[in-house]
Amino acid sequence: MKSPYESTRIACFGGIYNNYLALESAIADARRRGVDGMFCLGDMGAFGPYPDRIFPLLTQGNVACLQGNYDHSIGNELDDCQCGYTDPRDNHFAQISYEYTLEHTSPAGRQFLRELPPEIRLDLGGLQLLFCHGSPRKTNEFLWESTSSTHFLQYLAEQAAADVVAATHTGLKWHRELPGGCHFVNVGVLGRPENNGTNCVWYTLLGYSIDGLTVEFVPVHYDYARLAKEMQQEKLPEEFVETVVTGWWTSCLEILPAKERKRGQW
Amino acid sequence: MSTLPSPPRIELSHLDHVWFQVAGTRCNLTCHHCFISCSPGNDSFGMLTLEDVKRNLDESVPRGVKEYYFTGGEPFLNRDMVSILVTTLQYGPATVLTNGTVLKDEWLVELSRAELESIYSLEFRVSIDGFSPGTNDPIRGSGTFKRAMQGVTKLVNHGFMPIITAARTWPIEEEQTVVDTFVEMLQRSGYDRPRLKILPTLHLGAEEKRSHGYRETERIDHAMLAGFDRSQLICDHSRIVTDRGVHVCPILIEADDSLLGNSLVEAEAPYPLGHGACYTCYQYGAICSNPSSAR
Repeated sequence: MKSPYESTRIACFGGIYNNYLALESAIADARRRGVDGMFCLGDMGAFGPYPDRIFPLLTQGNVACLQGNYDHSIGNELDDCQCGYTDPRDNHFAQISYEYTLEHTSPAGRQFLRELPPEIRLDLGGLQLLFCHGSPRKTNEFLWESTSSTHFLQYLAEQAAADVVAATHTGLKWHRELPGGCHFVNVGVLGRPENNGTNCVWYTLLGYSIDGLTVEFVPVHYDYARLAKEMQQEKLPEEFVETVVTGWWTSCLEILPAKERKRGQW
Repeated sequence: MSTLPSPPRIELSHLDHVWFQVAGTRCNLTCHHCFISCSPGNDSFGMLTLEDVKRNLDESVPRGVKEYYFTGGEPFLNRDMVSILVTTLQYGPATVLTNGTVLKDEWLVELSRAELESIYSLEFRVSIDGFSPGTNDPIRGSGTFKRAMQGVTKLVNHGFMPIITAARTWPIEEEQTVVDTFVEMLQRSGYDRPRLKILPTLHLGAEEKRSHGYRETERIDHAMLAGFDRSQLICDHSRIVTDRGVHVCPILIEADDSLLGNSLVEAEAPYPLGHGACYTCYQYGAICSNPSSAR
């Protein structure tokens, strides 16, 4: 989708994973900062409770959204989330949250997800931005900071005819400036903490100044204790609750490369 | 006379992964399931030098290659191996497939420092094919379990988190028990967060004699590719450099039709999926890549 939207400072949200409390806080924070627009790069469902609480927040917040692999699966009522894990334990937990989210997403919510575009393009101070979920070439591709060479990212940006490529799928925020003034940004996720022992989640502010693109990662503090309690009420796995409470990932671990895995506790 | 239909050809969608047959077919072990029959006396493929690797790394940059993998034989029989990995980490992420039996502390000190200074991961994949000497040594050789585990301990002590790879030489119904026992064994040995990757066996080389070869029906045809995600095939996004040139994939270097050119650019031609091993790749996905590189 080509957007005519032009701006100088925008908020980019990554995967929400049903964490409506963090989304609420992030929207409020971005408004306080006076952003010119808000975007979500997909994966509204997974992990947390009450999937339908996401949709009014996105709509009323005027958040422009694209479709992640989870959204494609829920929207089309597929058998699994297409997350792309390869380990049986990771897939086991992914399937639990997928079945919960599918069951608790209303027909209107599914339609919303089904109709989302796969990417969003916009002009930011003359820079051509491409928002995608995993990578410009594949929705569920994992682009980790420690396993993506700079020349590979440059190739992706050139193929996509973009100065800035922003994605979210891995759940970990990072930014690399590429040769020729291009950038790759993983905007992080609102859905769960960063596997670093802290409870906050993250979104990203992209802006334009005379020096070019500005990238600021913003911590979002929210009522994680309430989220954890609601997850328990919904009988979601204790392993997920532990992640919310401790800030350490307990699942989706085997997909991590060495550097990213070593930073975590499990 | 009837003729078999020609196999489907796979285009290289993009060169994501470059492999290096860095130790040729030279290995200090003689595993009974090795798909290219590597051994101490097998010199059919030669070692690559640091200069060989560097030339291909330079060629890979304008091609936008994502990751680099090193295999053999046993890569650490190559006297340039540490320098090769240190150099590669300046270009991109590196993964080395080792049997873990010849690792030296001074090498790991240097490699640990190189990874720390790099923005990229250095992955070690250590092949151990059973959770005990009784299950591993009949396949990999007498005493190899103990030596490989000593290598794992060294890696862990130097701050690495090796991916232990095991070829599935047990019945599939025993898989969960084998995996659980493997994990417990590794944790007891001091590797508290073990990473384990189970591989299917490839019925080539020594394994063809140990179990059986591919049946003629175990081939990919055009109908099987309808609706199939071709990125699951390693030849969709990979090539491997040997001392003879650039081949289609790490599994098939001994196949007559696998040599595609003398350089990465020359080796971009489509490849016909005419081998039994292609069938295994089709069944299980790009088995050679790391889990973090899932596509």
